[in-house]
Amino acid sequence: MAKLVINNEKICDKEAFIKICPFGALEIKDGTVDVNDACKMCRLCVRKGPEGAAEVIEGQVKTIDKSAWKGIAVYVDHEDGEIHPVTLELIGKARELADKINHPVYCIFVGAGIGDKARELLHYGVDNIYIYDHEAFKHFRIDVYTSAFEDFIKNIMPTAILVGATNVGRQLAPRVAARFRTGLTADCTVLDIRDNTDLVQIRPAFGGNIMAEIHTPNARPQLATVRYKVMNAPERNSKARGKVTVCDLSNVVLESDIDVIDNVEKAREKFIENADVLVVAGRGVKSQDDLNMIRELADLLGGEVACTRPLIELGWFDAKKQIGLSGRTVRPKLIITCGVSGSVQFAAGMNNSEMIVAINKDDKAPIFKIAHYGIVGDLYEILPRLIAKIKAEKGA
Amino acid sequence: MNMNIIVCIKQVPGSNKVEVDPVTGVLKRDGIESKMNPYDLYALETALRLKETYGGTVKVISMGPPQAMQIIREAYAMGADEGILLSDRKFAGADVLATSYTLSQGVREAGEFDLILCGKQTTDGDTAQVGPEMAEYLDIPSVSNVKRIVSVGEEAITVEMDMTHTVEIAKVKFPCLLAVEKDIFMPRLPSYVKMRETKDKEIKVIGFSNLKDQDEKKYGLNGSPTQVKRIFPPESNSKRELWSDSEEVLADKLFKKLKEEKFI
Ligand SMILES: Cc1cc2nc3c(=O)[nH]c(=O)nc-3n(C[C@H](O)[C@H](O)[C@H](O)COP(=O)(O)OP(=O)(O)OC[C@H]3O[C@@H](n4cnc5c(N)ncnc54)[C@H](O)[C@@H]3O)c2cc1C
Ligand SMILES: Nc1ncnc2c1ncn2[C@@H]1O[C@H](COP(=O)(O)O)[C@@H](O)[C@H]1O
Repeated sequence: MAKLVINNEKICDKEAFIKICPFGALEIKDGTVDVNDACKMCRLCVRKGPEGAAEVIEGQVKTIDKSAWKGIAVYVDHEDGEIHPVTLELIGKARELADKINHPVYCIFVGAGIGDKARELLHYGVDNIYIYDHEAFKHFRIDVYTSAFEDFIKNIMPTAILVGATNVGRQLAPRVAARFRTGLTADCTVLDIRDNTDLVQIRPAFGGNIMAEIHTPNARPQLATVRYKVMNAPERNSKARGKVTVCDLSNVVLESDIDVIDNVEKAREKFIENADVLVVAGRGVKSQDDLNMIRELADLLGGEVACTRPLIELGWFDAKKQIGLSGRTVRPKLIITCGVSGSVQFAAGMNNSEMIVAINKDDKAPIFKIAHYGIVGDLYEILPRLIAKIKAEKGA
Repeated sequence: MNMNIIVCIKQVPGSNKVEVDPVTGVLKRDGIESKMNPYDLYALETALRLKETYGGTVKVISMGPPQAMQIIREAYAMGADEGILLSDRKFAGADVLATSYTLSQGVREAGEFDLILCGKQTTDGDTAQVGPEMAEYLDIPSVSNVKRIVSVGEEAITVEMDMTHTVEIAKVKFPCLLAVEKDIFMPRLPSYVKMRETKDKEIKVIGFSNLKDQDEKKYGLNGSPTQVKRIFPPESNSKRELWSDSEEVLADKLFKKLKEEKFI
């Protein structure tokens, strides 16, 4: 079994050595460096420390027959039959990964009365959609959904499964992963696949300040969740291809410890995640009245208004309008940030936007590192002029 | 009725400020001070409110290094009755699967329970996965994103689960696990009086040898199917322009750009 061994005699500067560890897992006790339970086995001390100072002793690993696991599967995320668009994005990614290793793309769809909805997905490049269709699946209930998922994995044995990081996916995927004693990587932003079918999963860590590449080399299936708007959705093909397979439910548990009393539609709002154009207000906007200017620009561009966290704290916006790590991830075609410094926490939620325009009077603001068009200037001078020009154009 | 509640709490770094030296690839972290995962305060508050209404006990459990006792003391100062720390070198390097397995083993040592409460997610791991995985190991139903408790009965608890477009009202049989949203209840501040009263209160420390399952392969690094291959700084987009000019010119340039890109 793998473990980390510290060879103290190879370390000259112990203080410097323990600083390598970002997790504070290296400590000096009675003059010798030791590893404590905070160790995440990231192996940074092995690579960054003096030669031989830290060593990983690989023990015998249980090997698995990777060739027995075939196909990239996508969980069809839905609420009472309404498919979440992250599903299409994942199908697009699954196709790309599957083509690299010559595997098929599957979907697993658990719900009630979902046949027609499943057939629609055949326009997006899936080879086979396995449906678990029963009244017991009308509403999301984690125990019976997990049982259907288990049946799918046992029968189909996909090598990797992609799940949307929605409120449903973020609880269902871990249950499934634990049932199969396998790995699950949350909120992946980049996915790739090796020839040996190992999934290369990249996700932000430490609140987006660094990226981590994660593999699941000795377990199958490999599970990953991906947030909405991180991958690209494929175009709808007018011709359907692939097939829909209705799964037998005889091995699926349909009895649940959860009784859904009601499922109520939330008031439909305009979600910032769905907007093509976003105009973002940051702390450079001095008063609540000035938000009118931001709104006006958003309206003129057919977009929505969003904000940074301090404005939520001021009570100027509902939390749903916040972009960032502790807010929403957005990926509009155009985003214009006004008076936003561009902290990593904010940028983590929008740096995949197709075109980023930043207006900030400080030319050293970090937002300019990610903006495609950085505009160094006062938003109070620029926005009124811009708005006037757009109005004049529209009036013409 | 009497409710036996277990709350899972974790110690996290006080700040996420970390930089990667682009040349050496070494991580530089600001300070090492740590705190209770802010999302877990909501879970603890929920437990305390339930206890105040229905009677019972609140136990907190945490897996982490010995320093994590600090957050158990904090939980005592908020009103928790018992604290358990799962701490052992053998638990080091755990990913979600091994963490939730260890916690589920620890929970078995904590005695009978009706309800386990978790926070929405941690600010360091940030996966929201530990709760549901634990529930799977314990073979009990679970509901995440709980934003409100509707009612509590003898056999079941009824809660509102926040989904993206809908709210599901679900009645879940005991024993069960709930991961609560922030804002379910406003967490109370630790009480100074309680802090003093509980200064010497026992914290039960459980190591590997105290657990029922003695298979080392299931804990820590060895029980972790995921492996971190490398850590690197996020890249910033390469193509970018920086415009400095008079505001009049800038407004005009931006207007033309937006028109050229067909946004106007
Ligand atoms: C764990 C954690 C999670 C977080 N999650 C998020 C998150 O999800 N989303 C988020 O937004 N933040 C988040 N934050 C907070 C984040 O670190 C920043 O504090 C925040 O994003 C800063 O917001 P801002 O850019 O609006 O304000 P500031 O950083 O104060 O920047 C204001 C900017 O406006 C410019 N400015 C001022 N006046 C003008 C003017 N007249 N014209 C033009 N420019 C002007 C200034 O030069 C400055 O750059 C998080 C923090 C932590 C610790
Ligand atoms: N080491 C731990 N000790 C105790 N509880 C934990 C631990 N890690 C995670 N949890 C619980 O699981 C929740 C989700 O954590 P995470 O999956 O890391 O985002 C947290 O809010 C805690 O309630």
